[in-house]
Amino acid sequence: MIYAMLSEAWVAMGANRLRTFLTMLGMVIGVSAVILMLAIGQGTQQQVQASIASMGSNLFIILSGSVTSGGVRMGGGATPTLTLADATALEELPGVVAVAPTTPGTAQLVYGPNNWSTQVNGSTPSFLVVRDWRLSSGLPFTDSDIRSATRVALLGQTVATNLFGDEDPIGKTIRIKNSPYVVLGVLAAKGQSLDGRDQDDTVVVPVTTAQRKLFGSQFVGTVRFIMVQAESGEVMPAVEKSMNELLRQRHRIHEGSDNDFSVRNLTALANTAAETAKVMSLMLGAIASVSLLVGGIGIMNIMLVSVTERTREIGIRMAIGARSRDILLQFLLEAIIISVIGCLIGVILGIGGALAVSKATDMTVVVTLGPILMAFAVAASVGVFFGYYPAHKAAGMRPIDALRYQ
Amino acid sequence: MSVEPVILIEHLYKEYQTDAGAVPVLNDVALSVMPGEFVAIMGPSGSGKSTFMNILGCLDIPTSGRYLLNGRDVSAQSPDELANLRNQVIGFVFQGFNLLPRASIEDNVALPLIYRGADRGERIARAGEMLEKVGLAGHRHSHPNQISGGQQQRVAIARALVNQPRLILADEPTGNLDTHTSEEIMALFRELNQRDGITIVLVTHEPDIAASAQRLVRLADGRIVYDGPMSLAHAAIEAPA
Repeated sequence: MIYAMLSEAWVAMGANRLRTFLTMLGMVIGVSAVILMLAIGQGTQQQVQASIASMGSNLFIILSGSVTSGGVRMGGGATPTLTLADATALEELPGVVAVAPTTPGTAQLVYGPNNWSTQVNGSTPSFLVVRDWRLSSGLPFTDSDIRSATRVALLGQTVATNLFGDEDPIGKTIRIKNSPYVVLGVLAAKGQSLDGRDQDDTVVVPVTTAQRKLFGSQFVGTVRFIMVQAESGEVMPAVEKSMNELLRQRHRIHEGSDNDFSVRNLTALANTAAETAKVMSLMLGAIASVSLLVGGIGIMNIMLVSVTERTREIGIRMAIGARSRDILLQFLLEAIIISVIGCLIGVILGIGGALAVSKATDMTVVVTLGPILMAFAVAASVGVFFGYYPAHKAAGMRPIDALRYQ
Repeated sequence: MSVEPVILIEHLYKEYQTDAGAVPVLNDVALSVMPGEFVAIMGPSGSGKSTFMNILGCLDIPTSGRYLLNGRDVSAQSPDELANLRNQVIGFVFQGFNLLPRASIEDNVALPLIYRGADRGERIARAGEMLEKVGLAGHRHSHPNQISGGQQQRVAIARALVNQPRLILADEPTGNLDTHTSEEIMALFRELNQRDGITIVLVTHEPDIAASAQRLVRLADGRIVYDGPMSLAHAAIEAPA
């Protein structure tokens, strides 16, 4: 019975190919738009999440500065107020996993005929812990390198490529600001950060080496910022509070005076970015869904016209024994077939479009089964929903009226 | 031993509601048709014969009165049961053939079988059999617009026969056909009546066509003015209404 109805619906649709095609087109555009938009949205989301993961998790950054001297308020980081001793003290706080005091600077690197200018971070072995950064080859420097301020370096991928090309950098000596440094290891690639910087364009040296031999510092032992990793997301507020208290105490800041440092919760910022990406992805999906809805209304429109046009046919069918539900089923099936076939084409076009977008641009595009199944389910229900009213109208006709219709 | 009538109608009234009030179309009509009869219904336009035919075919409902089709009270049937009656007890043949233009001849003939729930094999077999019977076995894959009017009416008759109904209702079946073709169609009806014993009720306004029937029912202004054997009916046919 269903099979017979299906083949009849097929014949009916074949009878007016252009109209069937145009009706389907609404569905095709709707579905492919939903799939494409969700693929782009999810791609963006995934990109943001990857960036967040590459930054390290549960991360605080404590910046020195913002001191007021004689009514003039200096910006953050203007005055080096944080020291290695501060970092050591912070390590003792409960809930703190790792602390990486860091002094960044820019320097020219030379190896053989190649040279490269990059950011050089003076830090401790904890740097790799808080940034969740592995070495792709070689070994990290150790606390003894910090104590002796040895001239050793870890190279980011970009730096390694620019200085060494295909050569293995481990154990080679490069020159930073004309002093020789031994390359101990190469950092694993991390890619772009949230703000689009190349995270791999960097070099890490022991913080003491940076302070004493590379950049010098205005005040002995100071660092520009300290990165702190907390145990978990839950303890972050408590850790933030105790860090503030500890540093105020250590810096002898009186009750009521401003801090000479500032604590930033990087994870919170990152989560905001992730939220934004998610909302954007949802919004894209919602906008695309509207076109799916419009496609559905298109189906209803055409089905209504078709029912009116085929009133006489409905009358004939009723005269030879079609029940109301047979007529209902017939028109409903036509609507469902149109929407399902339209959906299939839409899925193919949507996936194709997503692949084309990822080929043509740098955008990460993620096609997952979820949106495809969702689009399919929506298309089928749109077919039923918008096909039902015209089908119901057809089924409700009185045989005699339908048969007399000219 | 008594045989039950196929059609039994008593005190049947039908009115149409218009803006000007109720217009009576059928007025206290009574009719009994026994199995195997061939009845012609005649009457001038507006006599109510089309309305009568629609009620006989369960396409329209009488305003009041009793109609037993095959012993079942039609007024007590649900719309679905009426559809089943139209499907299995009655076969329709219309003036305008009423074939589905997009479906093949075979599919047209098989259509009532779909609504009876027959499977594909049976549908093809039965449709082929019926087309054979009306002499169109070679046209099963043609479409209605590819064959002549007479052939289309044969297809319609094959469709009417496909569910082996007890009763065929033919509403001006030769109205769109030339004399020669009309005679062929009427010969087919006579054969169905005489050989297969199918009850036939035919509406026409042509005496030549009505002459195929054994019994004549003449309607005028919604009343039956003559009901008797065709052989005695010449006066009734020729007489002005």
